Amino acid sequence: MSKLSYERPFIQKLNTGSMNKFGTKTEFSPVSQLDGVPVKKLTDEYGSPLFVISERQIRKNSQNANRAFKTRYPKIQFAWSYKTNYIDAVCNIFHQEGSWAEVVSVFEYKKALRNGVSGNNIIFNGPDKSVEDLELAVDNNSLIHIDHFDELYSLVELLSGGKKKARVAIRVNMDTGIYPMWDRFGFNYENGQAWNAINKIMAHPELELVGLHCHIGTYMLSTSAYATAAYKLCDLAKHIKLSYNLVVQYLDLGGGFASSNTLKGSYLQGADIIPTVDDYAEAITSTVLNAGFKQDELPTIILESGRALIDDAAWLIGSVLATKRLSDGRRATVVDFGVNLLFNAFWYDYKISPAQDFTHHTEDMALYGPLCMNIDCIRESVNLPLLNKGDQLVVHKVGAYNMTQWLQFIQMRPNVVLIDMEGNVHLVREKESIDTIIQQERMPEYLKKK
Amino acid sequence: MQINKNIAISDSGFIFNPSTGDSFSTNQVGMEIIRLLKDNKSKEEVISGVVSKFNVDEATVEKDLSDFTLMLNNFQLVIGHE
Amino acid sequence: MSKRQITVAVSGLNNIDSPGPGIPVIRALKESEFFDVRIIGLSYENLEPGLYMRDLVDKSYSIPLPSSGTATLLERLAYINSVEKIDVIIPNFDAELHSFIKLSEQLKRDFGIATALPTQEQFESRHKSVLYDFGVENEVKVPFSKMIFSSAEISSLKNEFTYPLVIKGKYYDASIAATPEQAVNYFNKISAKWGLPIIVQEFVSGNEVNVTALGDGKGNCIGAVPMRKLYITDKGKAWAGVSLDDEKLIEITNRVISNSKWKGGCELEFIKSNAGEYYLLEMNPRFPAWVYLAVGCGQNHPEALVKMALGEDVQPFDSYDVGKLFIRYSFDQIVDLKDFEKISTIGEL
Repeated sequence: MSKLSYERPFIQKLNTGSMNKFGTKTEFSPVSQLDGVPVKKLTDEYGSPLFVISERQIRKNSQNANRAFKTRYPKIQFAWSYKTNYIDAVCNIFHQEGSWAEVVSVFEYKKALRNGVSGNNIIFNGPDKSVEDLELAVDNNSLIHIDHFDELYSLVELLSGGKKKARVAIRVNMDTGIYPMWDRFGFNYENGQAWNAINKIMAHPELELVGLHCHIGTYMLSTSAYATAAYKLCDLAKHIKLSYNLVVQYLDLGGGFASSNTLKGSYLQGADIIPTVDDYAEAITSTVLNAGFKQDELPTIILESGRALIDDAAWLIGSVLATKRLSDGRRATVVDFGVNLLFNAFWYDYKISPAQDFTHHTEDMALYGPLCMNIDCIRESVNLPLLNKGDQLVVHKVGAYNMTQWLQFIQMRPNVVLIDMEGNVHLVREKESIDTIIQQERMPEYLKKK
Repeated sequence: MQINKNIAISDSGFIFNPSTGDSFSTNQVGMEIIRLLKDNKSKEEVISGVVSKFNVDEATVEKDLSDFTLMLNNFQLVIGHE
Repeated sequence: MSKRQITVAVSGLNNIDSPGPGIPVIRALKESEFFDVRIIGLSYENLEPGLYMRDLVDKSYSIPLPSSGTATLLERLAYINSVEKIDVIIPNFDAELHSFIKLSEQLKRDFGIATALPTQEQFESRHKSVLYDFGVENEVKVPFSKMIFSSAEISSLKNEFTYPLVIKGKYYDASIAATPEQAVNYFNKISAKWGLPIIVQEFVSGNEVNVTALGDGKGNCIGAVPMRKLYITDKGKAWAGVSLDDEKLIEITNRVISNSKWKGGCELEFIKSNAGEYYLLEMNPRFPAWVYLAVGCGQNHPEALVKMALGEDVQPFDSYDVGKLFIRYSFDQIVDLKDFEKISTIGEL
């Protein structure tokens, strides 16, 4: 007689108030393949944990966003937000899809140059640009988005007496009816600071004002805030035309479009409440089209969307290290990926699926990472099948900010692979080793072991 | 270890404890273990009983059994301790 | 005349001391003159009393909580429909409406399941935080209100408000503040519990009157019955109420339903000020738990909603009985453990 398949014994109290077993069914339907490649094969070859990026999904997202905007407005330019994911392979897929580069540090700037982005297609944002950085950007004819008056004066000083010119825009912050208002970056619209900055720029012929920029927030669920932002930028542009007879070449609406991840504390799933890229496109383009620009003076609309274009194009595969009981009887599962790799687990409830088949029995558990640190918790409570040591899990939609904000803390960073359009797997960032870390260290002579 | 004699367990894995009014659900292996415990089997007999019926090794059952009995204890489904 | 057989799925079976509208809606449908209705109950918890009311609910299924997302809900509804062949779904919980509105087209297209729900825009437009704009658009008075994000904004409220004023949470809770100090105090208390923003509202004193109504989505108000609560439980729910003769209130209701092109059932909560003015305090996007009073007064709103969902011509009701009372009572059902086991383990009963 053949034996029955074993599953660890499980008993659960039936709480009438708690979620019933149909509550999370899709969360535990197994995900054993990613873009057609078996999870098992990926980890056999590249180890666990492992970040897996889908080229197919990146291109799909990029093309969909371009379609949404370009069918509504004649002049659209996307710029890939490097800080969201600056693995070169990822950047180059976006560049192949026509995106410029949007960078916020000289490190990112140099990465973009190395990736072959032409200097005049790099947007240099952010509050931290040294005089040397500004000089580099001026020499490459890049678009410098000025964040504060100190930067404006540095630029004026840098260019004074010389023949060089800089192509500049200002970042504008504003009240778009949302909270919190991001007023720490750029110049305020309502109190006249932005207009003041524009006047200063116009007083310096070596500064060529080419655009206006704003970035109203992150994970924005309201499209009307973008309409408000677009309206205020248009208003500034029209004033510039009126006062200086200068046509502003572009309006950069920044990023902040939401991805379908679910924010902690949100009652509804992210996928059910986020606007579509078409909704954002409609709000922005209709505002600019109706702002009263002459047909031949319509500004280009630049978008720096990051999260919405890359989040669902990457997964993190991990493995169960141990299962245990907490003192209150709750199940805890320890896995080999923690907040060191999934920094965004601090504000997202990431969707997690098992990578192999289970019975319909599930249990609530806390999911802890491998760090010997109390903060290392991926999900305080998640309903998953009866996991055992060695079982594999797939974390969904991890493409944005994790592969840039990850920490080399206690553990080293793992391999990152890309699955191309044909289903071939490429290593795009090799896992770190002890050598990666210690080659940066220097030992004072007197501390060396004799 | 002795399981409460008066608890009722159905084929679907539904458990009712008439002395407390609590209800629980369990899976197939859990049902088998509770059945063996109700028959006053020793820990060793429970382990070999599970191993003879399911495709599993003794060490795994021993580890899982100690976790499972902890939960039975927690839920007040046992009388006294072994 | 033989009645047409249809299957209607209804949620909100929590007929407890602060009841959901499910059971009243089912009673109304069971009394239909046109339909012979088989009722499928949709439940979230295993102790919802409606699950066990076999004379009203023919078969029940557990469904996933709204927080697990529409994809999971759709999968479950597809399964239920494969067994039951549902003609119409009437969701009755505020929290689940977002999901059902989102799925309504797909339910119709893929499974032939009809609904009569407001659009997402209509649903959003009557949220507490934007109700004042809703009032302006639909020509109904709403106490002036404003969202604030910081207690520092309270000191400048005196330019727009007079004290006392109402400090309200985004979803729940409201307190009347007589002074700025009290307002700050309530701001802190309520925001700690429900988060930001906080809604500051003009205080209107008077009597509360409510209307249960039905719109056809084309600007017609199919039915409306006004009611005044006679007795209120400690949870603020009506224990008893009486239907009113109030033409002005019916006229305002017609205007709101017609201007907003509201589709489906709704409850309008008004305050009639001492000067005789009506102020809309809240608009609930589904039938109230007391909707059966409308049936008792001669307007079967749930039946009309089913007809509407099925695409049939529905004429507005032109009258209702005034002076009918509803008096709620609770009732202890005796249930076999087997039934509780069934719904708990297989999610069906």
